[in-house]
Amino acid sequence: MSAPHVPSRAPAAAVLPERGPDPVTVTLSVNGADHTFDIEPRVSLLDALRERLAMTGAKKGCDQGTCGACTVWVDGRRVLACLTLAIACEGREVTTVEGLAEGDELHAMQSAFIEQDAFQCGYCTPGQIMSAVALLNEGHAADDAEIREWMSGNICRCAAYPHIRAAIRTVRDRTT
Amino acid sequence: MTTTLAIGQPTNRVDGRHKVTGGAHYSADMLLGSMAYAVLVGARVPSGRITGIDTDEARQAGGVLAILTHENLPRIAAQPPLIPSLAGMPAPGQTFFPLQDEVVHYAGQPVAVVVADTLERAQHAGALLRVSYEETPSVTTIDQGREEAYEPEAIFAGFVPGRNTRGDVDAGLAQADVRIDATYTFAANNHNPIEPSATTAAWDGDQLTLHDATQGVAATQLTVAALLGLTPSKVRVLSHYVGGSFGCKAMIWAHPALAALAARRVGRPVRLALTREQMFTSVGHREEQEQRITLGADKEGRLTALRHHKLSPTSHFDDWAEPSLGVASQIYACKNYEGIYRLIRANTMTPTFMRAPGEASGMFALESTMDDLAHQLGIDPVELRLRNYSDTDPNTGNPWSSSGLRECYQRGAERFGWQRRNPEPRSHRDGNRLIGYGMATAGYPVYGPNNPQRARARLYADGTAVVQAATPDFGTGVATVMTQVTADALGLPVERCRFEGGDTTLPTIAAAVGSSGAGMISAAVHTAASNLRDQLIAQAVTDTQSPLHGADPGAVTVRDGRMMLRDAPETGESYGDLLHRNFLPDVEAAGSWSPSPQSTRYGMMTFGAQFAEVAVDPDLGVARVRRMVGAFAPGRVLNAKTARSQLMGGMLWGLGQALLEANFMDPRRGRWVASSLGDYLVPVNADAPEVEIDLIEVADDVVNPLGVKGVGEVGQVGAAAAIANAIHHATGRRIRKLPITIEDLL
Repeated sequence: MSAPHVPSRAPAAAVLPERGPDPVTVTLSVNGADHTFDIEPRVSLLDALRERLAMTGAKKGCDQGTCGACTVWVDGRRVLACLTLAIACEGREVTTVEGLAEGDELHAMQSAFIEQDAFQCGYCTPGQIMSAVALLNEGHAADDAEIREWMSGNICRCAAYPHIRAAIRTVRDRTT
Repeated sequence: MTTTLAIGQPTNRVDGRHKVTGGAHYSADMLLGSMAYAVLVGARVPSGRITGIDTDEARQAGGVLAILTHENLPRIAAQPPLIPSLAGMPAPGQTFFPLQDEVVHYAGQPVAVVVADTLERAQHAGALLRVSYEETPSVTTIDQGREEAYEPEAIFAGFVPGRNTRGDVDAGLAQADVRIDATYTFAANNHNPIEPSATTAAWDGDQLTLHDATQGVAATQLTVAALLGLTPSKVRVLSHYVGGSFGCKAMIWAHPALAALAARRVGRPVRLALTREQMFTSVGHREEQEQRITLGADKEGRLTALRHHKLSPTSHFDDWAEPSLGVASQIYACKNYEGIYRLIRANTMTPTFMRAPGEASGMFALESTMDDLAHQLGIDPVELRLRNYSDTDPNTGNPWSSSGLRECYQRGAERFGWQRRNPEPRSHRDGNRLIGYGMATAGYPVYGPNNPQRARARLYADGTAVVQAATPDFGTGVATVMTQVTADALGLPVERCRFEGGDTTLPTIAAAVGSSGAGMISAAVHTAASNLRDQLIAQAVTDTQSPLHGADPGAVTVRDGRMMLRDAPETGESYGDLLHRNFLPDVEAAGSWSPSPQSTRYGMMTFGAQFAEVAVDPDLGVARVRRMVGAFAPGRVLNAKTARSQLMGGMLWGLGQALLEANFMDPRRGRWVASSLGDYLVPVNADAPEVEIDLIEVADDVVNPLGVKGVGEVGQVGAAAAIANAIHHATGRRIRKLPITIEDLL
């Protein structure tokens, strides 16, 4: 139900060796599984997930940090994967929309999005859902005004916003 | 006849699970083996010619596979004419294909395609290209080109005449008791679906496969085939999920063909995804425009004359303007009318369809003027519209195939609480905020396709059905509603039906544009599934072993997977029994539908009424929309849930149009000022109020077999005017420009 607050596995103040600009070997932990692969240090977390790990749930809507379609969690916090370097996520736990369901059982937020018709084209939806679940864990869903404000980093061009709020309310009221 | 069970139900989207789990694969999600990445490099000047392209540095960057420019790209085989993709023909967004010569017509025009083994390397190499230009003076705004404006013979690819008149507008104005003459200005708009356009191209010998983000796979197929000189059978286009379009994927732009050419050059599959910045210069836009309305009315508010002129920039290639004068010429009874389009040749790409193309802007101008008229005459705005209601299409005199507009006004007003409105501006307050109520009429034409729409239905012996038609689902819910249509035609539970689309190997459907998708695709699917049902019944009544043997086929009905006598339901058998007994693993039928010729004897329009409440902070000039209510009469509703969602989205697009969305050309640089979602503002969650929607179902046996008039765009029409009229009611200020921003209200 709640976002896993995974403690960071990165050492507190490690002095990192300089690497790159040629491809370097990177290990990322995504949805609980380690993946080791070679990338240039300039590769974003979003492109690493999508192009190297074939995890295309996180979407590229702008590559500029303005739309929120690429929202994933790093150590349980929502981040924009397009503005995060993959290499900077070594030693951290990355969670994507693919990691939300338990097997065939959808996360309550995923079910609520379907039930409330909180999407149309579905392209922003993975980012909306990752934000929505994190929002509840952050305690930013007390009322609609708060939900509206804290969900405004995720643009839905189909404008399903009232239904997105309804989905979040449903899950909030079920869990409290 | 079947009992309608599934159509109209608020069924959840059949693709919902894929969309919430990340399992829905869009065109840029395709990972093909050994795939390379292409990036476009756009012209940095709006006008002139390329004098040189230095590729040395780019070539030396790692991983570069090819650099395509006008110096080495093959010439296209042919440039098809610009015809809206609903026509089912090749549908280029403009009659200009880039990289054919050194001439630059607009900023952002592709001047090179760089292909590399990774996206990062392609982007980096693209940034290292040194393109030199000889720049010439450009025209990119109305103000720059006003003196050179011309009246085109036709706009919109020749489908809309440049001038439309009826009666005598000067005489109508002369006899008027009240005259209003007002000019409205509109910033340019960009569609900005969250999915940027993308094509993944792969060749297998001479067979081309494209995964393309498009509103019509056939449109992509036919356009790319024409440009590349291929037979369409050698081009397969797949598009299972499209991340929104709103018109920018309705026409086919250069990138699908460029992706195919790049893939052929490097001998590997290639993905070409536009960047967000390129979405402002590669897929058309809603043009900047100026509209002047001169309106005359008698003391009772009845229109005696309407003159509506539009001026807007188009490209150097095409006479394109969105048809802003269309619905606004048809919505009210008015004998004397004159509509004229004027265009300016400008250094932009050809503008294109953007949600409610023309209706959203033209009805802003008309409905703001009508509100003005109501205010000047002291007539309630709803009452003024009722007085001007037309039973017929004023352009032709033909009756509406169905209307429901009066009910929309009435039910919308009731739901909104319109009677609480004190007509005096600045009379409602909430603390220091000025509260305003506004309304407007909505209308959107019912368009039909030019050629037959096809579908195929198959029933398996286990009692499940699949229906196929080559349409993509870009968020409309088409896969869901076609499942419902199939279920009712075959008499099956909806869970036992499945829709397959998004592939040119399936029966052909035109691009789902102009709110036509639900009507024309349901017509094809309903026809195919009904043909299949009739075929099964015909087989049963001639099968000596069937309980229905010898029955009149017209007396047989279907329900829950069973064929039975309507008057004696215990006499019958399941589809499965018939098929198993006859050693049939499945049965299949095709269906084809074209608009009925009788439809030309009717006016066909989806009507609605919009209501909005705003709160304006008079100290800060900030206007916020507090709530919106829309009542719409879209014929038959196939799915109450998805229809409401589309209408709600349209209404919130009207909010964006009213208060947020603007792009401007920098007249010195000839480039768009906004090129990101940080600069081009679209509604975010905090902007979006609660939206209430009333669906008024009206029977319509003219438009298509199921009487579906479409909900994709009418939700936006009139919404911006309702908001602007509410701002007038709140503040007493009539703002005749879009978007309405803080400086207008200070």
